[in-house]
Amino acid sequence: MKNTINILITIIMTAGLVGCNNSEDKRGNGGQGGLATNAAEKVYVAPGDHDEFYAFFSGGYSGNLTVYGLPSGRMFKEIPVFSQFATSGYGYSEETKPMLNTSFGFVPWDDSHHPDISQTNGKLDGRWIFINGNNTPRIARIDLETFETEEIIEIPNSAGNHSSSFITENTEYVVAGTRFSVPVPQRDMSIKDYKGNFKGAISFLSVDQDTGRMDIKFQLMMPGFNYDLSHPGRDKSHGWFFFTTYNTEEANTLLEVNASQNDKDFIAAVNWKLIEEYVNNGGGTKMPAEYAHNVYDHDTHAATSTMKKEVLTVDPTKVPGAVYFLPTPKSPHGVDVDPTGEYIIGNGKLSADLTVHSFTKMIDAIEKKNFDGEAYGIPILKFDDVLAGTVKQGGLGPLHTEFDGKGNAYTTFFISSEVVKWKLGTWEVLDRQPVFYSVGHGMIPGGNSREPFGKYFVAMNKITKDRYLPTGPELEHSAQLFDITGDKMELLLDFPTHGEPHYAAGIPADIIKNNSKKFYKLAENKHEHATITDADARVERKGNEVHVYMTMIRSHFNPDNIEGIKVGDKVYFHVTNHEQDFDVPHGFAMIGANNSELLIMPGQTKTLLWEPKKVGVWPFYCTDFCSALHQEMQGYIRVSPASSNIELSWGLGED
Amino acid sequence: MKKAGIIMIIGSLLLLGLFKFPLWNIMLGAPQYPDPLGMNIYIQGIQGVQEFDIQNINGLNHYIGMRTIPKAEDMWEFEVFPLVIGIMVGLGVIIGLLGFFGKVSYKWFLGWFILMSVLGIMGMYDFNQWLIDYGTNLDPRAIMKLENLDGTPMSYKPPLLGYQKMLNFDVDSWPATGAYMIFVGMMLTVVAFFVGKYEHNKIKKSNI
Repeated sequence: MKNTINILITIIMTAGLVGCNNSEDKRGNGGQGGLATNAAEKVYVAPGDHDEFYAFFSGGYSGNLTVYGLPSGRMFKEIPVFSQFATSGYGYSEETKPMLNTSFGFVPWDDSHHPDISQTNGKLDGRWIFINGNNTPRIARIDLETFETEEIIEIPNSAGNHSSSFITENTEYVVAGTRFSVPVPQRDMSIKDYKGNFKGAISFLSVDQDTGRMDIKFQLMMPGFNYDLSHPGRDKSHGWFFFTTYNTEEANTLLEVNASQNDKDFIAAVNWKLIEEYVNNGGGTKMPAEYAHNVYDHDTHAATSTMKKEVLTVDPTKVPGAVYFLPTPKSPHGVDVDPTGEYIIGNGKLSADLTVHSFTKMIDAIEKKNFDGEAYGIPILKFDDVLAGTVKQGGLGPLHTEFDGKGNAYTTFFISSEVVKWKLGTWEVLDRQPVFYSVGHGMIPGGNSREPFGKYFVAMNKITKDRYLPTGPELEHSAQLFDITGDKMELLLDFPTHGEPHYAAGIPADIIKNNSKKFYKLAENKHEHATITDADARVERKGNEVHVYMTMIRSHFNPDNIEGIKVGDKVYFHVTNHEQDFDVPHGFAMIGANNSELLIMPGQTKTLLWEPKKVGVWPFYCTDFCSALHQEMQGYIRVSPASSNIELSWGLGED
Repeated sequence: MKKAGIIMIIGSLLLLGLFKFPLWNIMLGAPQYPDPLGMNIYIQGIQGVQEFDIQNINGLNHYIGMRTIPKAEDMWEFEVFPLVIGIMVGLGVIIGLLGFFGKVSYKWFLGWFILMSVLGIMGMYDFNQWLIDYGTNLDPRAIMKLENLDGTPMSYKPPLLGYQKMLNFDVDSWPATGAYMIFVGMMLTVVAFFVGKYEHNKIKKSNI
């Protein structure tokens, strides 16, 4: 009965609205108010209910990874990855500073691009999510139980780690391909001598299946092109990896013109299984290198950074059959492989057409040795031999393609600002929808796997302009959610995204939500400076270093009065949260600290360094409104002149 | 009296469930606790429903000046109760066996039931006294001192049985598996009494 009334109301209101809404066409709601469709209902997640999907958006120049729910578009968390994050103290606390260590020293920022969720047998398994840092080449692994960054490894011989961090279908490898070729090893030489002298390193990082730990298995030293994007083969093409190139002209200046001269660039098809075998049999050359490997341990609640000194390189010409070039028109950007592994889609970004290569035809051509010459010793296959088909006039400026698992592909067109749905095999365009504005990547949950969940498509737009209330010149980017269950894509929702999401990875919430950790067990805390019982709360001096072993529980610190600190001391606060309940973090903030606060989860220990500069009595307090007596959760530290001989003393609750 | 003896033995053995299952359960739910905190009361001590529930209940109770939830060694009850139950099980089994072999009258079954009922009532009384003490004997330096509308200090005694709203908490106090096992066990001893009586009368009749 209630439903009938609702439907009646909807019909009546629709009748009134459709007529006056035509002027709204250009905003993308198709001339219909929200009430004309059930779009609102489709994205409405009632208070207290949970979303159907997690969506992990790269933060771009924020260096981080943000977690959203779909279909609501609500943001749940920003996971600090490559950037210091004052909110939690990541990169500021003594425990997490090593995470941002590199061969260049401490690099507190990066440009994160392409998240990819771990897989088993080509299906999302939700163990980890990987993401690349583009600027100072790195790959990070985030644990999906804690939603915290657990590991960051630097990529040597690389620059602009853009064709990354995509994984193979059993998470055997995560790849890192260099967008900028560079001299290998780095040396002082004229930029003009680029051509023929620079190298493009493509790194394959093995992933330990129990711990997730990454290790550079080998680096393939490719010709000095720009390796733009990549995707793994899957199912029938499992064992291969595909990389787009541009600037096969090897220009070193004014690339916008000079790198756009060749009619075709290449998609490099890499038979990584063959190279793996070659390497396992002792192939490859070890070369000196310097790169940091940073690992965070959830038992010690601390990270360590190790500088590695060597990397195994492979010359592709030494492994016959390892690499082939597939000519692909117009500086292809994204390369995407359909769920069956048969079609390799080259998104020629300066073109109106999409080039689709056939894996079967490629293998055929390789067997027949039908080559169209070679580049730096790497065989080039004939364009017509490997071509499966062309999607004609799909739009202008195709960038990326995702799949729904039902035989359809969805390509984003940056220049014509639209998403185009087309059919695999017939190459027929089925639908097109404008996006606002200029879409980069699109994402279908599980889109980079054998089994996509073809319910939603998210367009990550590069230009926001007037989509939201204006906030001055600088705007957040904008994502748009489409329902793709029908013949036509239906725009459901706009939502702002943080930083610049390049790519995103979605996964059904059911796969990971029940594994999500609620808090750390204090009894399992192996931190070197943890204070497990209140009896151990204390202050120790070693020269001018002072170590404060402090506990926190609703609603006090122990100790909360400390005297005997002197100007010029280095005071390390090792603060342990004694709560053992879900969602009871405490914060720790010290006046005048030159770093950040600490946000400490139940059972966790974090360390803040404070170097008092002024004599006086200085307060510290809890920053997270933890309890009814949160405002009382505070303490004082007496700082005496450097020459003072006041003994260290501390206490809690003494009159 | 074979049948009655067996029922008596089964009935008293059911009390052994108390060594494994909780006698009583108290759950505390609140807006901030969508997963309620809970205590299971065993005859040997009090345990949290989830690993850290006792710690978290104590953490909340310190605001209103309640003492921490007693550990097993803090209360004599947790030593005496298992002993009493053990003895009553032993006694019940012996009576059952003796009944089985016709050595004692079926009236002993009722005797056991009455003794157990008296002990049970005493146990409940003791438990309630403890709840009253625990809920009203508060730390004078409590962080929050709340009063009823009539100006008397608020008591935080959980209900012995049933539901009660206490500040922001919904408190539910109900018998748990162990209590149901005692109940069924004790009912069985009453059944044993009547079956014994019936069997006794039949023998008497057949003797005439």
